[in-house]
Formats: sequence, structure tokens, C-alpha cells
Amino acid sequence: MDSLALLLSRIQFAFTISFHIIFPSFTIGLAAWLTLLETLHVTTGRPLYRQVFEFWLKIFGVAFGLGVVTGIVMAFQFGTNWSTLSRLTGAVQGPLLSYETFTAFYLEASFFGILLFGRSRVPPWSYLFSTGMVALGTMLSAFWIMANNSWMQSPVGYVIHDGVFVPNDWHKILFNPVLWVRFPHMLLASLITGAFCVAATGAWYVLRNEFGPEGRLMLRMGLYLAAVLVPLQLFFGHLTGDYVHDRQPTKFAAIEARWHDEQPASEVLIAIPDSAHETNRFALSVPVLGSVIGSLSLHSKEVGMTDFAREDRPPVAIPFFSFRIMVGCGLMLLFTAWLGAYLARKGRLERSRVLLWLTFLSFPLPFIATLAGWFTAEVGRQPWTVFGVLRTAQAVTPTLTARSALISLIVFSALYALIFVFGSLFIYRLLRAGPAGRLVLPAPDAHTRRPMSVADQLLVMRE
Amino acid sequence: MVIFWLSVLAFSILLYVLLDGFDLGVGILFGLARAEDRRRAMIGSVAPVWDGNETWLIVSGVILWGAFPLVYATLFSAFYLPLIFMLAGLILRGVAFEFRDKARQLRVVWDIAFCGGSLVAAFMQGVMVGVLVEGLPVSHGEYAGSDFGWLSPFAVLCGLGLCLGYSLLGACWLVRKCEGEMQSWAYRLIPRLAAVLALLLVVVFVLALALNLRVLSRWLERPYLFLFPVIGVVAAIVLAVSVRRRRIRAPGYAVVATFVAAFATFAITFWPYMIPFSICVDQAAAPHASLAFMFWGEGLFVLPLMLIYTIIGYRVFRGSNATNPSRY
Repeated sequence: MDSLALLLSRIQFAFTISFHIIFPSFTIGLAAWLTLLETLHVTTGRPLYRQVFEFWLKIFGVAFGLGVVTGIVMAFQFGTNWSTLSRLTGAVQGPLLSYETFTAFYLEASFFGILLFGRSRVPPWSYLFSTGMVALGTMLSAFWIMANNSWMQSPVGYVIHDGVFVPNDWHKILFNPVLWVRFPHMLLASLITGAFCVAATGAWYVLRNEFGPEGRLMLRMGLYLAAVLVPLQLFFGHLTGDYVHDRQPTKFAAIEARWHDEQPASEVLIAIPDSAHETNRFALSVPVLGSVIGSLSLHSKEVGMTDFAREDRPPVAIPFFSFRIMVGCGLMLLFTAWLGAYLARKGRLERSRVLLWLTFLSFPLPFIATLAGWFTAEVGRQPWTVFGVLRTAQAVTPTLTARSALISLIVFSALYALIFVFGSLFIYRLLRAGPAGRLVLPAPDAHTRRPMSVADQLLVMRE
Repeated sequence: MVIFWLSVLAFSILLYVLLDGFDLGVGILFGLARAEDRRRAMIGSVAPVWDGNETWLIVSGVILWGAFPLVYATLFSAFYLPLIFMLAGLILRGVAFEFRDKARQLRVVWDIAFCGGSLVAAFMQGVMVGVLVEGLPVSHGEYAGSDFGWLSPFAVLCGLGLCLGYSLLGACWLVRKCEGEMQSWAYRLIPRLAAVLALLLVVVFVLALALNLRVLSRWLERPYLFLFPVIGVVAAIVLAVSVRRRRIRAPGYAVVATFVAAFATFAITFWPYMIPFSICVDQAAAPHASLAFMFWGEGLFVLPLMLIYTIIGYRVFRGSNATNPSRY
């Protein structure tokens, strides 16, 4: 095994999956948002909902397309870079991820066709049903991905035969309590991402004095939804922390930058962890709070990193900081959402330019929080790929050379940079154009299977 | 269960080759067309279906992992660079479909991406088949070659062969989907492509004899394999006659028959190995618990629905571009 190839493979996986997750986390939220809008449209009959729906459907199409394109790589990368992992755990991970492909392809792709071009061909209830099925599809996809990842975090329901993982209890794998905490956590992250992108776009239009009714609707609904969802997310975040505390003590110690056992434990708010000397520099900590957070008690003993052999410890700095970035983003979102909801109740929302700017500028925060959360989870799991059972260093393709790994990393970096620049430019143009124009029904002969093309289909017909 | 998933895998790979084959082929031929209206007609003919076609590649990939993890791990790590280049090509041409329309000055960049991406993806697929036929060096379940070991003359010829084969499929698709000048251009391409491909296949065969490849011994052990080249020859005659008579559908069926015959040849030559002479089906199959878990959900319910959906998708877009006008 080549240690440089291992490092490059880890960087490549982190890079490609981080880039990919941006799109699904956005589209899961948007699909739910579209379902809500279409429900309101069907029940109230107000054309405003329809107008906003058509606008977000275009953005959804682009983000969905980019998610599919960047997702293809993931199906291959386990085999190319992590061949030992895929050979040893394939009997567990392969079926879980194959379910993801099958359900996602069927529910998302087929009902999505109706969503894009079926408005004039199917009755309204059936159109609403299709919207709901697309949302269900995106959520099921997330479920299978989380089932797979949760198994890697907390492997259950398997026996080892000749070194190979053999599933012997799918029930345990699919009803793993860890999964049922982390899946809602990811789902809520996506819904909040959707809600804030909607609210930020609304705030932008209100600030620019454009698209008044649509902008105000997006702003209000987005903020109200976020005001409910963000506290719920903090609760599930807490539950996720509980499972880490109980099942992944090394990750928990890294997040807390706790080097030595403490009783009662203090909570390090901010510091620069120093792995070499097993201590923190410039630490700001609160006594006893660590025990409260870890065990909801005033005198519990909390485990420190030095309890574990050096080769079993994750890097401390990345989980420590990314966890704080995630929580920081979450609290800022909570503040914005609650203040916005309060002002909306008072009827002062559109006049408060401070809040409008705050909402507009908050759109990157849910993405940053999601990425930071994943970094905490994945880097904190190290040095294991399957926690406690299979090391990352043993999971990598043994024959992979640093040269090959470097070539692939360069290829992906260049390719993704290109996609990112053009994709953002394209979404920006759609946002700039706004929910304008009269509503048209798509031509009955339009394409049903090109997610990104719906944007110009509708634009073209408007001219 | 093993046989069920092996059949599903074979079927989904074959479906991928036939479906993405013609749209990659159109992408390759795109490089030969200069006029903008011709290029638009070509892209327009595959635009509604390419995304669905490539889904079968992902489906093949995940079935391979779930049902035959050993093959997934060995094959994909052995074909590291070819797979990365293939994926890069597929991604490039995939985004080119959409970005080409939106670009103002940079259209030429996306034209190159579309044609180049298709070419690279097709070439790499052919190379990988070539390496499998030549014999992938595997010891103790791990790839034993170097990182550019796949770049042998035999594999390169196979790569070129698949590019030509896909182009032939693409030309037949254009015949079916286009009319007028575009269609007659496609008709003119077919015999030339077929002639070059036939020549190339002869060279590949001679080279295989010269290299004394181990797969050739299978032909003596299993003489019924000679049936498939016969099918190929019959298909070639049908192709020549139907092009001369300007038939719309027959050329496509002839090329598809050739591909099916070639696919069957590989499958039967390799059997019972999945990677010739090192990993066989029973050795590679996942435990029953995994295969059954996949069968009772995706195998029994989702797969048939997917097939129905694919068929409906093609029926919606049947007929030529002219009779089914779109924005292209």
C-alpha cells in the first residue's frame, strides 16, 4: 500500500462527495417545498402559488441534473479507490446502495417527467401526487444513503466469514437507532437548506423592489418554515450527539477536544487543539458544562482522548472546528428565523432592511452547516472506515499508485470547477430572471427526461 | 438467486451498451458534422433519452457491487484510470447537452466537450473489454498489472473498434430519427463505418491469433460459438441490403443483432468466469442474505417498473424528429 495514494484517495473522496452533497441536500428541501406549494395551489386555487412553483421548479431542474451527473462518480469510486472496503463490505453496502439507485431512479426520474411536462396532460390531483412522489423519492434516496453511512458509523447485523462481512440481520441494519437519529438530522438539514434558499431569494427580491407578491410569499413562508424546523434540528442534533457519546467515544472526545478524563468535565468553547502535546492552547472553557452536554448530569465522568491508543484516535482539529462551525451556523439561522418570524407576525418584516439583508446573506449558511456536519461525522470516524472494525488505511485499493490517484484527482478537480462555474452562472441567471411572465402550459410534445431543459422550455415559450 | 442476478446484470449491461451506444455514437459522429443545423438535429435526436440511457450504467455498477462484490472490487480497481477517464467523458458530454444551448461565445468549448467526451467514454469501454479478452493479470484476488498496463495494442484496437461500433449504432439512429439531407448523410456513413469496422475486426482477430490468447481455446471447446460470427455475417448482409434499399428500421436492427451476437460471444466464452480465468461466478457472488434482500424489493418490484418506464419513454419519442417536432 502506498501512503501517498491513500492520502490522495481520501482527499478525492472528500472532495467529490462534498461537491455532490450540495445538490441533493438542496433538491430534497426544494422537492418538499414544491409539494407544499402545489398543495396550497390545489386547495386555494391562488395563481400566486403556481407562479412561485414554476419558478422553483426550474431551479430544482438544474440542481437535480447537477446532482445526477456528480452522483455517477460515487457509484464507481468505492470500487476504484476503496477496493478492499468494497470487497469486504460489499454484501452489506452494495445492496443498500443498489436500493438507493433503484428507488431514486424510479420515483424521481419517472414522476419528475410528469412534473416537468405533464401539467397539461394529467388532472391536478395527479400532478400534486407526482410532486409528492418526487419528494418521497428524494427522501428515500437520502434514507438509503444514511442507512449505508450509519452502518459504517455503527456496524450491526453482520457476521464475519473468512474476513468478509456477511449480513445476517437486515432488520437490525435498517432499524439501527443510529440511523433513525441521523436520517431525520440529514432530512431536516435539507429542508432547512430549502427554506433558507427560498427566504433569501424572497429577501433579495424585496430589497431590489422586484416581483413584490412572489418575493414576499417566499420570504414569509421560508422564514416561518425555518422558525419551526431549526429548533427541531437542534433537538435531533442533540440526539445525534448522544449516539456519538455512547458509541463513538473517540469522535466525541475529538469534538470536545477533551484530552484527559474529567469529572465533572468542563466544556471547551474554543481553543487550538495541539495533538503533539495532547493539550489545548488558548482554551476558553466552562466548568461542569461538559458533563451536562455529554450526560445531562452535573458530575458525570467524561472520557478523554488519552484513554485511547494513538493509532486509534481521529485527528482532533477538524472535528473540533467543523462541529463548532456547524453549531454556529445553526444558531445564526435560528436567530434569523425567529427574528424574522416575530417581525412577520408584527407586520414589520418588509420594512426591516437589517433583517432582509441578514436573511439574504444567510443562504450559504445551511450549506456550510451541512458540509461541516459531514466533516465532523466522517473525519471523527477516523482512523476507521467501518467504525471499530475496518481501518481506512486497510480499506484503500492496495494496488493503487500515487501517480494514478494524482491524475484522477486533477481530472475531477478541473471537471468540477468547470461544472461549478457554469452551473452557478446558470442558476444565477434563473434567479435574476425571477418568477416573471405569464403562466403557460408546456407543449404536449415537450421532452420528459431532461431536467435542466425545463428552464429554457418555459423561457422560450414566454417570449 | 445467483443466476437471477447474473441475468439481470448481463441484461442491464447489454441494455446499456445498446442504448448509450447509439447516443455516444451520435456524439462521436457529431465531430464529423460542421453545419450548425445538422449539429442541432443530431443533439436533438438523443437529448430526450441520453439521461435514461446512462442510468443503466449506474444500475449495472450497483448490481455488480451488491451481487458480485469481488468482481466489482477487482475490476474497478484494476481499471482505475480507464474508468476515471470514462466517467470524466460521460460527465463532460452530459453537461454539454445543457450548457451548449446557454453558452454565447463558448459554444465551441461545449462542442468539443460533447464530441470528445463521447469519444473518450466509448474508447475506454472498448479498451476495458479488450483487456478482459486479452486476460487481466490477477493474483490473489488483486490486480497485478501496472497503472498503464491496460494500454496494450490489442486493447487500443478494441477501443477503436467500439468507437466505430457505437458510431454505426449512432448512424442507424440518425437514419431513423432524421429526414432529408441529414438522413441521406447518415445512410452514406453506414457502409463506410461498417467497412472500416470489418477491417479492424479482422486485424483484431489476427492479432488475437498471433498473441495466442487463451480465450481462443474456448472456441475449440465450445464449437457452437461459431454460430455468432455467422449471425454477424448475416447481419452485415442485411445491413448492406437495407441501406441500399433505404430502409428506415432494418439497418438499426442489423447492427443491434451484431452487438447482441458479440455480447453473447463474450458471455459464453467467459462462462463460468466473470473475469476470465481468475474469478468465476460462484466465487464472486454475494451471500444468499444479500441476494435475497435485493431480490424481494428491487428485483421483483422496482426492476419491472423501470423497464416499463423505459419502454414508455421511447414510445413517447418514437418517430422521426420531423414528425415529432420539438424546439430543435
